[in-house]
Amino acid sequence: MNRSPIWKYLLIIVVIIAGFIYALPNLYGELPAVQIAVANSSVTVDQQAIDQVKQALQAAHISYLKEQHEDRTVLFTFASPDVQLQAKEIIQNVLGEQYLVALNLAPTTPAWLKSLGAAPMKLGLDLRGGVHFLLQVDVASVLQQRVEGDLHNIAQALRDERIRYAGVFRHGADGITLQFRTPDALGEAYNFVASRYSEFVWTKQSTAGVFSLQGVLMPAAMHQARQETLEQAMNTLRNRVNELGISEAIVQQQGDSRVSVDLPGVQDTAQAKSLIGKTATLEFHMTDVEHDPALVAAGGLTSADTHMYDWHGQPVLLKNQVVLRGSSIISARSGFGEDGRANVDVRLSGIGDSLFTKTTAESIGKPMAVVYVEVKSTPKLVDGKQEISYQTDRRVISVATIQSALGNGFQITGLSSPDEARNLALLLRAGALPAPVTIIEERQVGPSLGKQNIHMGILSVEVGMALVVIFMALYYCVMGFIADLALLLNLVLIVAVLSLLGATLTLPGIAGLVLTMGMAVDANVLIFERIREELRRGLSAQSSIHAGYERAFVTILDANITTLIVMMILFSMGSGVVKGLAITVTIGLITSMFTAITGTRALVNLLYGRRTVKRISIGMA
Amino acid sequence: MEFFKHNTNIDFMAQRKWAAIFSVVLFIVSMATLAVNGLNWGLDFTGGTQVQLNFPGAADLNLIRSNLEQAGFKDAVVTSYGTSRDVLVTLVPSKTQAKATVLSNDAKDVLVSQVLQSLPNAKVVAINYIGPQVGNEMVTKGWLAIAVALLGTMIYIAARFEKRFAVASTVALIHDPVIILGIFSLFHLEFNLITLAAVLTVIGYSLNDTIVIFDRVREDFRKLRKATAIEVMNQAINQTLSRTIMTSALTLTVVLALFFLGGSLLHGFSLALIIGIIVGTYSSIYVAGALSIALGLSRQHLLPPNKEALDDRP
Repeated sequence: MNRSPIWKYLLIIVVIIAGFIYALPNLYGELPAVQIAVANSSVTVDQQAIDQVKQALQAAHISYLKEQHEDRTVLFTFASPDVQLQAKEIIQNVLGEQYLVALNLAPTTPAWLKSLGAAPMKLGLDLRGGVHFLLQVDVASVLQQRVEGDLHNIAQALRDERIRYAGVFRHGADGITLQFRTPDALGEAYNFVASRYSEFVWTKQSTAGVFSLQGVLMPAAMHQARQETLEQAMNTLRNRVNELGISEAIVQQQGDSRVSVDLPGVQDTAQAKSLIGKTATLEFHMTDVEHDPALVAAGGLTSADTHMYDWHGQPVLLKNQVVLRGSSIISARSGFGEDGRANVDVRLSGIGDSLFTKTTAESIGKPMAVVYVEVKSTPKLVDGKQEISYQTDRRVISVATIQSALGNGFQITGLSSPDEARNLALLLRAGALPAPVTIIEERQVGPSLGKQNIHMGILSVEVGMALVVIFMALYYCVMGFIADLALLLNLVLIVAVLSLLGATLTLPGIAGLVLTMGMAVDANVLIFERIREELRRGLSAQSSIHAGYERAFVTILDANITTLIVMMILFSMGSGVVKGLAITVTIGLITSMFTAITGTRALVNLLYGRRTVKRISIGMA
Repeated sequence: MEFFKHNTNIDFMAQRKWAAIFSVVLFIVSMATLAVNGLNWGLDFTGGTQVQLNFPGAADLNLIRSNLEQAGFKDAVVTSYGTSRDVLVTLVPSKTQAKATVLSNDAKDVLVSQVLQSLPNAKVVAINYIGPQVGNEMVTKGWLAIAVALLGTMIYIAARFEKRFAVASTVALIHDPVIILGIFSLFHLEFNLITLAAVLTVIGYSLNDTIVIFDRVREDFRKLRKATAIEVMNQAINQTLSRTIMTSALTLTVVLALFFLGGSLLHGFSLALIIGIIVGTYSSIYVAGALSIALGLSRQHLLPPNKEALDDRP
């Protein structure tokens, strides 16, 4: 007698229901949408702006389908891409520069599914068209800059401490050498730098009358610097990609010095490239406190060396002299000061901060402003030829009071909330690309090819599935049909898991799916062949089922683990193309263990598990 | 439906000498063609620029070639891609050019626009550009992936089964990819990243097959106390024969569907899998199976760990 415990049936039912729920969103399509967000801010789009948009759309006789609020953004969906394009232009005009208006695709997943956290799989660029860039970030140059900055500071500090040195220089990419004439100076310097510059590992060396200190940046500090550089590059890229009007762009780290940028739907690579590579930076200006900005704004005279800016709707008057440029910033981190208020901790490289130190020492108690400067390039048609024009855009992002003379590390305080501190730190880091960036890989897929790929992918899944299903049912009769149900459930489960993981489906991923369908039946073939064998040897139906599942299990486990080892290796190779395949096959192997063994066993037990059953329909004459 | 109504009793191992000769010849021919012709490395490995073009009518490849030559692209490789209207133009930098043209991105844009100027009717479907450093890295990573995959599976088999099995199956696992690569080299088929993934998948698949047989060999050795190693091997192969046929046939069907319906991008992938499934099934029997016997596999190697040792303890 073969019976599965109740909990197994319950488990299977739960898995089936969950599988269907999380696979379901993929059946709903996507609608063209326009996404609105407040630029460079974590503020939610306010009702006033939404009303403005609605009125404008109404005036233009454009009807939207739905209004969705997500995170901090608002999505309007439209019936067709044409309407979507028209609407985008209108919305952009109404809302102006403070808002990011982007084209997007909104999944039409029903609200009840969304509330369960279900979402459809994302389609890869090869299935929907678009551009993929792989960028190499020159991390080494940043490390070098940082060490050079430290070198300056250490030399300055040694002078301040009146420790006499014979020479300071950089060795290699991440090392500093300090030379002294006397062992006393060496010892004094060692005690000083070892406590003040603990990111370096210091060693004393004294050979032939030369006393030197060797400092090497610690691996942890180096790793942190690398990681910060990459994150900064990614933030900058994300900001820039947003400006392209694609909100589903994917910016990801690849390895320890690369960043990939995927722009679905973009066909104009030239524009995408000019934006990705453009330069933006930060400037620190002193505020002009002698003149009243309100008066100047009302039409008064401005002196030649000041300029009016708008900050949170209020006019501010800034001096034209740039006290510090963003390129001197090595890192910026948000945190809390001693008074418990939010602040941003900024670190500068050694270059360019002497003016800054001098100016800030003279201006304690006065406000200083941070200005975000961006060079925008817009392609224009001039006399039938395309030309790119550049505009410089300046925006005040923060005004804070100087508390003390500022050296190579200082804090920006006077911020209203931890959120503001976090955003400012992000912007300080994201303002400029930290390191030279080169495009080392570019793949562009046309939208027609994408459609063709998805069509062929789905067709091959359908045909492959159909052939296997028919063959199994013919060869193993009812048992084959049970295996087919398991196979179908397996497909649903793979899709559900992929959707839950937020994985991106690519053409190689579909190929992996098809391949898995072929390999997943192997478990059932092994089991059924074993049952047939036992039946041929004259065992009863019940013992044959029991022995078949029991004996085949070990084989299936061994066989699947070895394939999993290979897939793990494929996955770790890191290339997007191969990764997609490895993910689907890995998930497919794991889910197939469940459906082909536990799933079919439960059904077989239900059908044939009773003692009275003497014959099983397994295709034997 | 049944392939075999009764247990078959084919003497597979009788042919093992012929099979060994066949395998060695196939292996040597593959290695030779790989040494002489090399592989037709795809863009993923060489770096360069690839433009997929679509023409309104049937494309004349020779005309395109001569047009490109006039525009200064002497090394351009022009092939039809799927249909007669789709053409793939590959511009792989020669070694002297590599640094001059490919490193700068603008040069690549100029290249593409020049190609388009010389072919006025063409519509760009897809552009791929791979920098040389990415390509070089891929070659190293590819070899490394294959080596680690072999090592990983070898360790697993040695731990779960026996070291003779581990050696025999590893030889089979080297045998399969070499033959796939040999066929790709012989027919100048493009070898790209997705094909590499297929080769690694074949390693997994072939191993799967081998393990099913080894599993049975282990079981039979424990059951049949008097049988010789050859008899046990034969019986294990016969017992798993319907499963072997069934699984290979089903997987092959599915991969054939991919080959015919999956489009040009998946051609290399599915072809490598088709070859791999056939060769992998063969190698499980005649390379892994036969070799483990040649290595002197016997019953005591596969007995369960001795329990007496435990009982002897005070």
